[in-house]
Amino acid sequence: MTDKNGFFDLSRSTLTRRTALKGLAAGAGLGLAPGFVRYSQAQSSAPIKIGFQSHRTGIGAAYGRWYEKTTAAAVKAINAAGGINGRQVEVIIEDDGTDPGRGAEVVGKFATQHKTDIVFGTLFSHVVIGSAPAAGENKMPYFVVSEGHHVASTKLNRYVFQPGITDVKSQIQSMAPWIAANAGKKVTQIFPDFAFGYDHRDYLPPALKAQGGEVIAQIAIPPTESSFTKYFPQIPAETEVIYHVMVGPAVLTFVKELGEFYGSNRPQLFGFIDSLEATDINSPGLEFLDGSHFWEGSPRYAQADDSEAQKAYRAAVGIDDNGAAVGDPKDVSTAAHMFGCWETLYVVKKAMEDAGYKGPEDRAKLVEATEALTEFAEGPEHPQGPKTFNGKIHQCFGIQNISKIEGGKLKVVHKTKIEDGLYEAEGDYTTQAL
Amino acid sequence: MSEASPVKAYALHLGVVGLLFVLSFLLPEYYHGLLARIMVLAVFAMGYNMLFGYVGLLSLGHAMFFAAGLYGAGLAVIQLGWSVPAAFAAGLACGVVVSLVIGLLALRTTGVAFMIVTMMFAQVFYLLILYFATWTGGDQGMVVPQPARVLSFGATSLELTNPTVRYMTALALFSIVLLVTLAIVRSRYGRVLVAIRENEERTKMLGYDTFSNKLAAVVISGIICAASGAAYALLFGYVGSSFASVQYSILPLLWVLLGGAATTLGPLIGTLFMYYVIDITSGYTSAYLLIVGIALILLVLFFPKGILGSIRQRWLGWLP
Repeated sequence: MTDKNGFFDLSRSTLTRRTALKGLAAGAGLGLAPGFVRYSQAQSSAPIKIGFQSHRTGIGAAYGRWYEKTTAAAVKAINAAGGINGRQVEVIIEDDGTDPGRGAEVVGKFATQHKTDIVFGTLFSHVVIGSAPAAGENKMPYFVVSEGHHVASTKLNRYVFQPGITDVKSQIQSMAPWIAANAGKKVTQIFPDFAFGYDHRDYLPPALKAQGGEVIAQIAIPPTESSFTKYFPQIPAETEVIYHVMVGPAVLTFVKELGEFYGSNRPQLFGFIDSLEATDINSPGLEFLDGSHFWEGSPRYAQADDSEAQKAYRAAVGIDDNGAAVGDPKDVSTAAHMFGCWETLYVVKKAMEDAGYKGPEDRAKLVEATEALTEFAEGPEHPQGPKTFNGKIHQCFGIQNISKIEGGKLKVVHKTKIEDGLYEAEGDYTTQAL
Repeated sequence: MSEASPVKAYALHLGVVGLLFVLSFLLPEYYHGLLARIMVLAVFAMGYNMLFGYVGLLSLGHAMFFAAGLYGAGLAVIQLGWSVPAAFAAGLACGVVVSLVIGLLALRTTGVAFMIVTMMFAQVFYLLILYFATWTGGDQGMVVPQPARVLSFGATSLELTNPTVRYMTALALFSIVLLVTLAIVRSRYGRVLVAIRENEERTKMLGYDTFSNKLAAVVISGIICAASGAAYALLFGYVGSSFASVQYSILPLLWVLLGGAATTLGPLIGTLFMYYVIDITSGYTSAYLLIVGIALILLVLFFPKGILGSIRQRWLGWLP
């Protein structure tokens, strides 16, 4: 570019000793300001830093391992396609021990030591709730993959998002029409006596009632329990469906004892796969579940009608047709949930691109850009299915799968609609100051 | 063990407080925030040390005292909308009530039985938090809203979420508890507690009511732990049942053992050491608890009385 009449026309200027000294001083000043230079470079070429709050140890370790694998696969795909705003993505992992106290420290570490652009990837609800204050105080966008209702409840803060996986309230509500129409109208719930169970205790009865069904008994089992036989006589005889959401290592005992209690003449069984994530469905003791139905966020087993996007996603993450690690059939994945990491990272990418995100000074813009998102089309970036996003409650809504165990595999027999899981917003994060 | 002059002892402790104050202006942002948290948890360890170090009562249930303060303060803000000072007072009051009741019951036992009884009471406390999930948030816990975490003095208000305010508040609490602890252990009452630890029967024979003295120690320990819990809720904004779990009963024991039982500054050293070992090693391996375990074994082998305890034994006999 040449501009003979303008600012860049050096031929018309006379270089005096004073201007030369000024120029040298300015140049030296710039040279002695490494922070400024680094900052300029940071905006153009330095990687986008994503702090991954991982459950590497503690009760969430099985999930954490697969969340890391999925995240690594998504970042590899994003970087191969040019990164975000032309910058590569770098993931920095810190273990939170699946502990809310440590979780908050880790968020603080990402914000003040690693100086990441966002924090991402938390699953367990208590860690999310424990870490949320630290995210809000550090004004750090915090993208969780938790499925808890805590984000959508609007009881956290404006910096917390869940755009890549539906919440449990929506999931339960979506199940009710199918249960009432196909499994039975008289339902007995068996659930663990802590928060995960309470979501099911509180959200299923109204959802089922709206479909003409009824929860006739609710049996809460203390988390310390290791034998369940004594609870089974509480199941009313007229029960048509047992809705079970037991989680943790005791689930194998639970299923085995339920089988011994009922023998071959059992009611219909409906459960959430959370109980059996990372567990082989063909493990000894689980035979009793044959023919029963499960909720799955994303199917563990490859399905005949899988989309090309789903096939590509499974190949990228490295899971075989049975949902286990390629080359290690015993290493069963947490397929029903971990897709959320993949999809969340693509939401972050979209929001950063919409915001023209350059660095941490643009975090508020990133929050607003995320809130402005409304839908995510099914495809390579969202292989689980299409979703809508409610920016006021920072929560996405999507389809759910109901799968039946047949021949030792989970086969999807029904896919819900997005509308099945919609509910009235309980608040509005966008009214909070940034 | 030789006795330090009051001037020497208080000068050392005030020096530590001064150092922590100066560090506020020197530390990088992350370590600044981390040290605020460590000071609050060191208060928890100091409360534990009061009972374990000076009376020789090994409790495995101190998480319930910490949680009493945590929930007392947290619920006062969340459910009742109380101000920060009132909520902190509520946390302390919960600590007094819980420690008094537990003390009256658990002090009927000694030794291993005391450990088991305190652990069982703490487990009951933990399960009660889960049982009353409607109010306590159960295992998920609850967030103390950021707008409520403000300390108001007339027209002036201080946001506890501000890193400097938080650090200075944590330092104020730590300093008060440190100096009160020092005063207690140097007092006549403190000597009675040590006498009970060394030989309870002989102390009784000398005419002391050991039960009342031990009960008072449980309550003082409970109040200090509750103060730490209440401060944690108000400064860091989260109230959760994991802080009432057995893990949080064992942690102060480890911090105190590491730093040196029956040393006033040991709890700070132990908490600081453990925090940094975890923070640094977890960056390299997921087996960081193995490294922590090895570090603990090495300490027990070479510093059986903890870091400050061993220093006192070998070099500085006057350390309080």
